[in-house]
Amino acid sequence: METDQIAVHTEALTRRFGNFTAVKNASISVSAGEIFGFLGANGAGKTTMIRMLCGLLKPTSGSATVAGFDVYRQSEQIKRNIGYMSQKFSLYDDLTLSENIEFYGGIYNMSVEMIEQRKNNLLRELGIESEAEKLTRELPLGYKQRLALGCALLHDPPILFLDEPTSGVDPRARRSFWNLIYQTSRKGKTIFVTTHFMDEAEYCHRLSIMRDGEIIALGPPSGLKHKHGKSSMQDVFISIVNGERPV
Amino acid sequence: MNKRIIAIARKEFLHIIHDIRSLVIIFVMPVIMLVLFGYALNLEIKNIDLAVFDYSKTPLSRKLINQFDANKYFTVSYQNGSPKSIDSLFLSKRARAAIIIDQNFAKKFEHSQQTPIQLVIDASDPNAASFIKIYCNGVINDFNETHNANLHLPFEVKQRIWYNPDMRSAYFFVPGLIALILIMISALLTSITITREKEMGTMEQILVSPVRPNEIIIGKVLPYILLAFLDGLMILLLGVLIFDVPFQGSYLLLIFLSLIFLVTALSFGLMISTLVSTQQVAMMLALSATLLPTVMLSGFIFPLNSMPVFLQYLSYLVPAKYYITIIRGVMLKGNTLWQLIMPALFLLILSAVMLRNALHRFNLNLEK
Repeated sequence: METDQIAVHTEALTRRFGNFTAVKNASISVSAGEIFGFLGANGAGKTTMIRMLCGLLKPTSGSATVAGFDVYRQSEQIKRNIGYMSQKFSLYDDLTLSENIEFYGGIYNMSVEMIEQRKNNLLRELGIESEAEKLTRELPLGYKQRLALGCALLHDPPILFLDEPTSGVDPRARRSFWNLIYQTSRKGKTIFVTTHFMDEAEYCHRLSIMRDGEIIALGPPSGLKHKHGKSSMQDVFISIVNGERPV
Repeated sequence: MNKRIIAIARKEFLHIIHDIRSLVIIFVMPVIMLVLFGYALNLEIKNIDLAVFDYSKTPLSRKLINQFDANKYFTVSYQNGSPKSIDSLFLSKRARAAIIIDQNFAKKFEHSQQTPIQLVIDASDPNAASFIKIYCNGVINDFNETHNANLHLPFEVKQRIWYNPDMRSAYFFVPGLIALILIMISALLTSITITREKEMGTMEQILVSPVRPNEIIIGKVLPYILLAFLDGLMILLLGVLIFDVPFQGSYLLLIFLSLIFLVTALSFGLMISTLVSTQQVAMMLALSATLLPTVMLSGFIFPLNSMPVFLQYLSYLVPAKYYITIIRGVMLKGNTLWQLIMPALFLLILSAVMLRNALHRFNLNLEK
């Protein structure tokens, strides 16, 4: 079946808020196992795009499937098959690490044994087993971010959405976070990531650049650089967003 | 019950027990309120300073004065000057009432003529003034009965006061206070639950999971029902122990009807929390929307049927109005469920409307 290979597919996906069109005719196709980047300035429509694909927002028109399920009618199945992490890391600071993990396991209907097992694995991978009963607010930001990712992956979803996952984190933590993304990708998961860091764009297998709600460029980083005759994604982005034609 | 609701309820419970402030709100604030209000809200007037101008200076006038002095409500002070000094006595608050006994008092009394004495009352507090008047009349009537052999009234009124024979204010206020405290605490606590998640960005994380909106709402309300219920039991017990409020009716009935009231209060808090986006606004709104209407429009202090009709209609929207009828009925009069079915039904209707509204608003907010 085609959906086995295609994780996310949209055609002419559009979302309007009153007179304002946040996403205009976005058509993309993301294969399973890909790291797909979404680039754009603030307000370009990246978050709206991700929210539609996660089932948080109904599209105004166009079609989209996530993990083979339709965003209009099957948002519940979609929600079971995706993980999501936003820039806020969405952990409860006033709960302990264990309590956070157990909560996220619980809302995905996981069994107590399963939660316990994955919790231990996660804490061991992060090397913070001894901190399990500490309050999350005491955890350094880098760990918090990785723990949040662990929580988003706790129910083992095939597709992961990351909405600006590295904003507000120092460069070293950002690099180690990307290592984690690669590891996750190697396990066969599809990763859909928005960012406004150009260096991060280089890490993606394929990316699309958005401006004013429209996808104005799509391709692998090397291809985009070649097409626009630039040596870095930074330059590609600037030339595209300024409306220069490819050379 | 499904695992998702349990997960949310458990998390909500953990928030509360990890946060010392909410524990204080739940368990300390009600005690302070109960004790403060319970002692401060008192309509009885004691220690009335009574200035006496005795121009008669006879054994009979002294007997009358002694009768005032012996009464627990009055503290008598003898004055020698002219009645003109009453003004300055009232102004300096050395007296709240004055009695002037004419020099012919004893003589007239013996000849059984109409014997006037004059009573002057400071009515800058009209409520107190009418109490003072009633107390004075009581003393004077007693005096007449024992000393005036010629007094024959055609009939006699024998009073029996039911449900609160000593007319203690605490009996009246403590049940109302329980209502006030329960609705304030419940609305306050639930009003911040959803706004807190919106502020912290955790709501989104929950919404991308397969949890349904009504599961979120139910999961969030459950722990608060338990806590508010414990709270209610605690202040009820304190009310009975500290203020000796009697309990005539069935404990089970009161517990059952209190649960309905708690659901109403919690739904109200939830509704607020879906209307606003920050915790601070939610708390302000919860406090002001429960405290003022409950104090003014529930019959807690001021009788509803002496209010303008418009306010009486408005009071139908105040949940505490129904609960005060219920709790006073059960505690003081021993009402049965059947007698309280109307207020109970009204509470159920209010809860249903507010819960539905909360859920509707919550769903709308998701679409933003």
